[in-house]
Amino acid sequence: MSGAVQETVSGGSAKTARVVIYGLLILLAAIYLLPLYVMLTTSLKSLDEIRGGDMLSLPSSPSIAAWTKAWGEACIGVTCTGIKGYFWNSIKMVVPAVIISTLLGALNGYVLTKWRFPGHKIIFGMMLFACFIPFQAVLIPMARMLGMMGIANTTTGLVFVHVIYGLGFTTLFFRNYYEAFPDELIKAAMMDGAGFFRIFWRILLPTSGPIIVVTVIYQFTNIWNDFLFGVSFSSGGSSPMTVALNNLVASSTGVKEYNVDMAAAVFAALPTLFVYIVAGRYFVRGLMAGAVKG
Amino acid sequence: MTTIEPATASPPRRNFADSLRGWLPKLVLAPSFAVILLFVYGFILWTVYLSFTNSRILPVYKLVGFDAYVRLWSQPNWYMAMKNLAIFGVLYIGICISIGLGLAILMDQRIRAEGILRPIFLYPMALSFVVTGTAWKWFLNPGLGIENTMHNLGWESFKFDWLVNPDMAIYTVVIAGVWQASGFVMAMFLAGLRGIDGEIIKAAQIDGAPLTKIYRRIIIPMLRPVFLSAFIVLAHMAIKSYDLVIALTGGGPGNATELPSTFMYSYTFTRSQMAVGSASAVMMLMGITAIIVPYLYSELREKR
Amino acid sequence: MSFLEIRNLRKKIGNVEVLKGIDIELEKGGFLVLVGPSGCGKSTLLNAIAGLLPLTSGDIVIDGQVVNDLHPSQRDIAMVFQSYALYPNMTVEENIAFALEMRGVPKDERAAAVKVAAKTLQIEHLLTRRPSQLSGGQRQRVAMGRALVRKPRVFLFDEPLSNLDAKLRVEVRAEIKSLHQNTHATIVYVTHDQIEAMTLATKIVVLKEGTVQQIGTPAEIYNLPANLFVADFMGSPAMNMLDGKVVGTGAEARISLFGDQSITVPVPPTVAAGALSEGQSVLLGLRPEAITDTGLADPQARSVTQIEAPVIMTEPTGSDTFVTAELGGKHFTARTRAEVSCQAGDTFRFAFNLDKAVVFDPQSGLRL
Repeated sequence: MSGAVQETVSGGSAKTARVVIYGLLILLAAIYLLPLYVMLTTSLKSLDEIRGGDMLSLPSSPSIAAWTKAWGEACIGVTCTGIKGYFWNSIKMVVPAVIISTLLGALNGYVLTKWRFPGHKIIFGMMLFACFIPFQAVLIPMARMLGMMGIANTTTGLVFVHVIYGLGFTTLFFRNYYEAFPDELIKAAMMDGAGFFRIFWRILLPTSGPIIVVTVIYQFTNIWNDFLFGVSFSSGGSSPMTVALNNLVASSTGVKEYNVDMAAAVFAALPTLFVYIVAGRYFVRGLMAGAVKG
Repeated sequence: MTTIEPATASPPRRNFADSLRGWLPKLVLAPSFAVILLFVYGFILWTVYLSFTNSRILPVYKLVGFDAYVRLWSQPNWYMAMKNLAIFGVLYIGICISIGLGLAILMDQRIRAEGILRPIFLYPMALSFVVTGTAWKWFLNPGLGIENTMHNLGWESFKFDWLVNPDMAIYTVVIAGVWQASGFVMAMFLAGLRGIDGEIIKAAQIDGAPLTKIYRRIIIPMLRPVFLSAFIVLAHMAIKSYDLVIALTGGGPGNATELPSTFMYSYTFTRSQMAVGSASAVMMLMGITAIIVPYLYSELREKR
Repeated sequence: MSFLEIRNLRKKIGNVEVLKGIDIELEKGGFLVLVGPSGCGKSTLLNAIAGLLPLTSGDIVIDGQVVNDLHPSQRDIAMVFQSYALYPNMTVEENIAFALEMRGVPKDERAAAVKVAAKTLQIEHLLTRRPSQLSGGQRQRVAMGRALVRKPRVFLFDEPLSNLDAKLRVEVRAEIKSLHQNTHATIVYVTHDQIEAMTLATKIVVLKEGTVQQIGTPAEIYNLPANLFVADFMGSPAMNMLDGKVVGTGAEARISLFGDQSITVPVPPTVAAGALSEGQSVLLGLRPEAITDTGLADPQARSVTQIEAPVIMTEPTGSDTFVTAELGGKHFTARTRAEVSCQAGDTFRFAFNLDKAVVFDPQSGLRL
């Protein structure tokens, strides 16, 4: 990638300018990394060291005791079985919700670009606006509805909620991707005798790799990181990871174990950070697609 | 070759398979649209309806007019939430855009290590607000956090108690929020910068404009659409922002970091004032609608 | 006896009538080229034949069967698209076999059919590649293979050469032509390029704004254009249109040119008897190749008139030279031998061959 400003023939002052630029960037990078560094080092320290020492210092004798405690023994509310149950709750919620919403989004995007009918724009507009509503505006009815459907306080209920409120974004992603897919290919397939689903499975889906990755990552990150739906529609043992982390950190009983809190936070951050590190390109693309609409 | 009977204008001969073929796409889209219609638009109407009742712990469906709105706007807590949203919104959006743009311009100077630096600025965006709140709560901890570090470094008089200081707590929310989102704003600006036609800049260089002038007069004005997108995204995040406050300050100390989102939640689910909670949700919805709808409208209009 | 018949076809898109009652007939094995400027409705017509657009009214008949309400896949037609529309996720072989697969043809038969088609088009060595690994010309050939393998009743081509560079275009054009001659396929071909139309067609349809201007063989279209539009559209450089006036009557009638009573030419043989009356204003249409240097003038021509005119500009093309000259305030273009030396400013003696001249009524634009 080349910068917008091309290098030109320049004198000595350019050297100093570059030193300043690099210095600034490195300083800023350090600041951005600091909270993560503190989080990690604190989780590896003992409580005594935390109380007596410096937040920025490296742990004198690193130990994963806090990690094992956070995973298996820490008290969330009145149960002291660690966060592992909640971690799995999140997994059980994220996987089906991501798969279902991505698949539906792909089909919707396909219909809205390749099988247009009068009114397709208003339908898409309505689905798009649904991405941006403050969820507070649907919280109360949704709580009642989940109760009526008998899936309140269950992982199924959360999957249901996340699929519904993720549909707008997944549809947006696929619509914009398929918009650029040549119509002539659809016509050719039609003349070759392929029908609606055949065109989708055989022609469109095999070429959708990049947008599937983007959508899956976007949905995974969003659903894993969700807190509002988790805290509103689950309780006790059915909560997802983020809610459990908040309960752990906010609990005021007993001694405040900062190292355990930080270890739990690392656990909560790990899946999305992992995705970010292995597929950062797609992560950014998803954010961009979600931010720049139309 | 066959001789052709003069074929008369053929009557429509649509059999079942043909009409199914015509309906199939709509049938596929229908469930999603129905779900959105009911669970988004239906629920919004439901919430609006509730805001005109006097529901408390459970919904009741007797309309009582604007009572809940009157009560909402007479709550000191709500004023606090609005004031905080104004402070948080202005600072969060302003600082994120400034830092984002600054970082993007720095990163656009043919930086060798761009591949390393960019992920560093962006990774907070991958974290949950709850994680961000937890980390910063510890980082800003008045006893053991940054304050303690400064003391250890020899700056004994350094005092940083914003997290527990009701006058300053909202600014900690700004700090954590900026940390999380400014890298993303940078990525947006960087994409915008990379999209600018290099020949325009070459032309300006040949015209003799110094680099600062090129940025001020040519590049930054050309980034207008990015400013708009960034503003929309950040404003939307600011209004919805809930998790970060809960994890960082829990809305406190006292009600010092109350935001509309936390107000809505606590009035609805813990204070048993469902009608007032609904009214506040409707206010939030109106705020976001005012920002998003014109934007979406213009974005969708441009394309056919 | 026509194999493909289009009867009074109308198509409205929104409030705009894109096709205003088209009637075309094509015999089996014919090569029909639809030609016209962009926006004339030629692609709409092709899509209507393919079944990709519903008709507003009229009929499309293939081999005696009205196909108006048939789905594209049931019309037994194949289409080669401008962008080739190759499925990017499939190999060349899979691309060619896809239509057969959709029709439930057994695997070994598919493979055999693909082999035959690939051999015809000389793309056997490409079968395992993907479209992204092919050059433009190769993609074009695969697109033809995909159509060929179906053995459809009618082939449709939608500007298939417009994405190729000039040299390749000429090559592939020749291939399409020989393909047609070898397979005797019935083809409908859309292009905006009048040279493609001339070289390929057995029958040309010139379209303008949704109406047929003229239907005929390439020679008819070129030599006897029905109106000014066709005359101007076909041929490059365009036909010269010289203002003229009829002088004299009957067998004595001549046409004076350039508003100069002293320059007169005989009435061309293409004009119908009694079509002209004395004093009538006409436009005399003369192709550039009918105005030459005196040395090139066709010795067989029955009616050659020599006229001197000042030269404005010369454009050598290598094989011959186009000379623009002026007379009576009007420019005309002549095609001379490359060896003839003349330069802007010279006065040059041109030979006007009137055997192939055509005469138009300037009011109606129709040929007389």
